[in-house]
Amino acid sequence: MSRLWWEIARRSFRRASSYRLATASGVFVNTVFGYLRASILIFVATAAGGSIRGQSATDLATFAFVSQGFIMTIGAFGDHELAERIRTGDVVIDLYRPADLQLWWAATWFGRSGFLALARGIPPVVLGALAFDLEWPDPLWHWLPFLASVVLATTVGFALRFCSNLLTFWLLDNRGVEQLLTVLISFFSGLVLPITLFPSWLERIARALPFASMIQLPTELYLGRYDGMEIVSVLAQQAGWAVALLLVGRAVLRAATARVVIQGG
Amino acid sequence: MAQVVRLAAVDKTYAVRTRAGRVRRRRREVRAVSDVSFTIESGEMVGYVGPNGAGKSTTIKMITGILTPSAGRIEVLGLTPTVDRRRLTRRIGVVFGQRSQLWWDLPLIDSFELLHHVYRTERARHDANLAAFTERLDLGGFLDVPVRQLSLGQRMRGELTAALLHDPALVVLDEPTIGLDVVSKYAVREFLSETNRERGTTVLLTTHDLDDVEHLCRRMLIIDRGRVLLDGAVDRFKAEHGNDRTLVVDLESAAEPLPLRTGQVLRTDGPRQWIRFDRRRTSAAAVIAEVTAAGAVRDLAIEEPDIEELIRRIYASRTEGSPGDGVGL
Repeated sequence: MSRLWWEIARRSFRRASSYRLATASGVFVNTVFGYLRASILIFVATAAGGSIRGQSATDLATFAFVSQGFIMTIGAFGDHELAERIRTGDVVIDLYRPADLQLWWAATWFGRSGFLALARGIPPVVLGALAFDLEWPDPLWHWLPFLASVVLATTVGFALRFCSNLLTFWLLDNRGVEQLLTVLISFFSGLVLPITLFPSWLERIARALPFASMIQLPTELYLGRYDGMEIVSVLAQQAGWAVALLLVGRAVLRAATARVVIQGG
Repeated sequence: MAQVVRLAAVDKTYAVRTRAGRVRRRRREVRAVSDVSFTIESGEMVGYVGPNGAGKSTTIKMITGILTPSAGRIEVLGLTPTVDRRRLTRRIGVVFGQRSQLWWDLPLIDSFELLHHVYRTERARHDANLAAFTERLDLGGFLDVPVRQLSLGQRMRGELTAALLHDPALVVLDEPTIGLDVVSKYAVREFLSETNRERGTTVLLTTHDLDDVEHLCRRMLIIDRGRVLLDGAVDRFKAEHGNDRTLVVDLESAAEPLPLRTGQVLRTDGPRQWIRFDRRRTSAAAVIAEVTAAGAVRDLAIEEPDIEELIRRIYASRTEGSPGDGVGL
């Protein structure tokens, strides 16, 4: 069966790669936002006397560009393909297949993420490095926990959006939920502002939520904030959220299927 | 022969909530299907006919396990559809005229390749089936074209292939010819009857196009307002109910109903007249000849009775005739 997921992911990758103009303009937008966020954060650090809460201007600029590089990969802004299929009723076709719906959409999600990691991930960081002084993982093996962390962040991103897409079974129009989720992710993940710059009580809340697993934690791993067992514990925290949210998705899927089968949706 | 589909006293009621006052919702039960019983034997090809909203799709959804019946029993290939839905999906093929199981952005061939992995069909078997269907349905010219660029007729041929690649024992089609042009309709029908004949695939199709049933099925079920009105041989049904034709003529000017020997004027509307004739007793040519002789004709058309008309006649003959007379087929 695992062959099926690979085949789906491969095609999803290819499909994402067929929108070249969208990719090019996306890279442009991501880079512009990187410049914007980096400039603001550098200004903040400079105003605070060169560093703020132990983070130098270089740390913060790096934070901006690295996170800008993988927000598309983790799907921070979501995807409404499944919601659309539910709204039109086409999801019935999916139920006629002897394949797991959650794994199916996960394969689609990861295929696209694979493409976005390459096409929308690397260029903004390289273009950022042209104008700003950026850091690279040091020692070199720190790339490994960082990349693992991005994979887990992508899983958390998928698990959240899978749930919100499924809500269409009950709401018919889930755009409100999607927008709310995007706002929560933007704020609590560290996208708008690294959560280390929040008041400490708010930072504690943000760290207790799953959204930190999407941007804050991978970026901190990149910046080398953790070492040794701390790295393992950060990855375990992300994996915990991923598993928990996937299980919630499973339960929601079961309820949604039962609803369709019993009530006729 | 083995029974492929068995429905015993199946009911399906939906709860519909309507507004009653500011917050209150009134719950209303709508009975979509009522006391439906029939069986389909292996290798049969059955037409399930009825007007829009008659309960065709509801029945199909219950047979394929996507809806639970409110009462009664359903067995398909020895399984209870809603309980064993996953297992059942491996052994049935489904085509919805209004929905697509093909991947919109991908070349047609990619959908087939994915289905090979979904159903875990043997490679050799998959390739042989695909080659056979490609030849039969003439898919060769557009296998590499993304589905979104296909015409409706091409897409439907792709849908049929997708539904049959895994050698299902039963294929269920919901309005497979809807919106198709004459040539594509013909191709779809040819393909279905060949598949049924050569592979022994049991076929159940819903349609509101009586033409489909005439060309494809030996047996038909007519459903109306959730009830099976008739279950019998298509030939006999046609012989009893399907012989009337209506000739619609536009005369040069408004006239009294034409006095005709070959047919009978049903109604008039200005220069237009509706003339009914029985095709067993007289040919269309004879009626047209008589009409043209009687007055100057600007335009004419022949109409076959549609499903709504036939259902009206079944009801009529049921109330006129003695019980079981004429409709018991």
